[in-house]
Amino acid sequence: MRTERPGLDALSSALLGLGYLLLLIGFYFAIKAPPDVQQGYLVRILYLHVAAAWTGYLAFIVAGVYALLYLLRGRPAFDRLSAASAEIGLWLSFLMVIGGMMWARPTWGVYWVWEPRLTSVAVMIAIYVGYFLVRQAIEDPEMRAKAAAAVAILGVVNIPITYMSVYWWRSIHQTATIDVINRKTHMPPEMLIPLLVNLFAFTVLYLAFLRIKGRLAAFEAAREESDG
Amino acid sequence: MKAKYWIGLLVVVGAIGYMIWGGLGQSLVYFITPSEYFQDQAKYQGKRIRLGGIVKEGSIQFDPKTLELRFVLTDGVAEVPVFHKGTPPALFKERQGVVVEGRFSGETFHGDNLLIKHSETYQPPKEGYTPEEVRKLIKEAK
Repeated sequence: MRTERPGLDALSSALLGLGYLLLLIGFYFAIKAPPDVQQGYLVRILYLHVAAAWTGYLAFIVAGVYALLYLLRGRPAFDRLSAASAEIGLWLSFLMVIGGMMWARPTWGVYWVWEPRLTSVAVMIAIYVGYFLVRQAIEDPEMRAKAAAAVAILGVVNIPITYMSVYWWRSIHQTATIDVINRKTHMPPEMLIPLLVNLFAFTVLYLAFLRIKGRLAAFEAAREESDG
Repeated sequence: MKAKYWIGLLVVVGAIGYMIWGGLGQSLVYFITPSEYFQDQAKYQGKRIRLGGIVKEGSIQFDPKTLELRFVLTDGVAEVPVFHKGTPPALFKERQGVVVEGRFSGETFHGDNLLIKHSETYQPPKEGYTPEEVRKLIKEAK
């Protein structure tokens, strides 16, 4: 049992501070990055969109890993961290979709189309909205944790489908610019570096939020136990 | 007790089911190419389809007064003349990948929705890029 007082511990503060600092640096890099020959300055949405997408995937995968750990070990802390990660992933996904729509309207000509990438993202988001409905619907903590873990583990299936959708099916969404499948980067260094800085900033912030939310949930659980 | 959450859950499950079996089924083949259309013309006859390909060089005719846009869509093998009413998107130009939604009317494809397919490659303009130069560049790209 943890004995600390609620509030930011040293590691949370350090991660949060570093994350915000990196975000500022990333923002500076992004506004200093050159425009794209076709899109002009619109390309800057990419620094937000890709960073949010990648960390969103990461958050959902981590939620699945903690869910699996919970089922194997039965420690409530794993359930709390799984829920915290899924929630951060959901917000990052919303951020990705909003950025993507702002980019799509001037580029493709529409905010949204039901093409493979966008449809698989919509399914992914719906599943994680469902995850939180499951958590709300079940009152018994152990039942809730088990059912939520099942959804979180099944939800991970979405990530490879969503990521690969632009390779498997014909879509209007372009394939990845940092192409880990074909090991190519379709981007000059003056754009790649800002993207990587933003990616790093988002990852550090994700870790900070995960730790803060996990600790908060632990304090809540401890308080509920002492009250009841 | 918590009926509203179960209703919410049912709505979400229904939406996912609809997107997978209804939406995704259709959008898996998001567009067909002109060659594929000609191979199976009977199947697509009179149906609303999405045609995807490249805007053929030198084929764009746009009348700013009537907003009538005509161009030839090609996949390198087959070509389709396209008619579209409305201002083309900013990135519309020769050799640009596009997807057109609409239906055939005789030999011509009448599009009512014109989408630009952007590539995954990003590239700054070759020379120095002051905002003015970029604005000029973007204007020329139109």
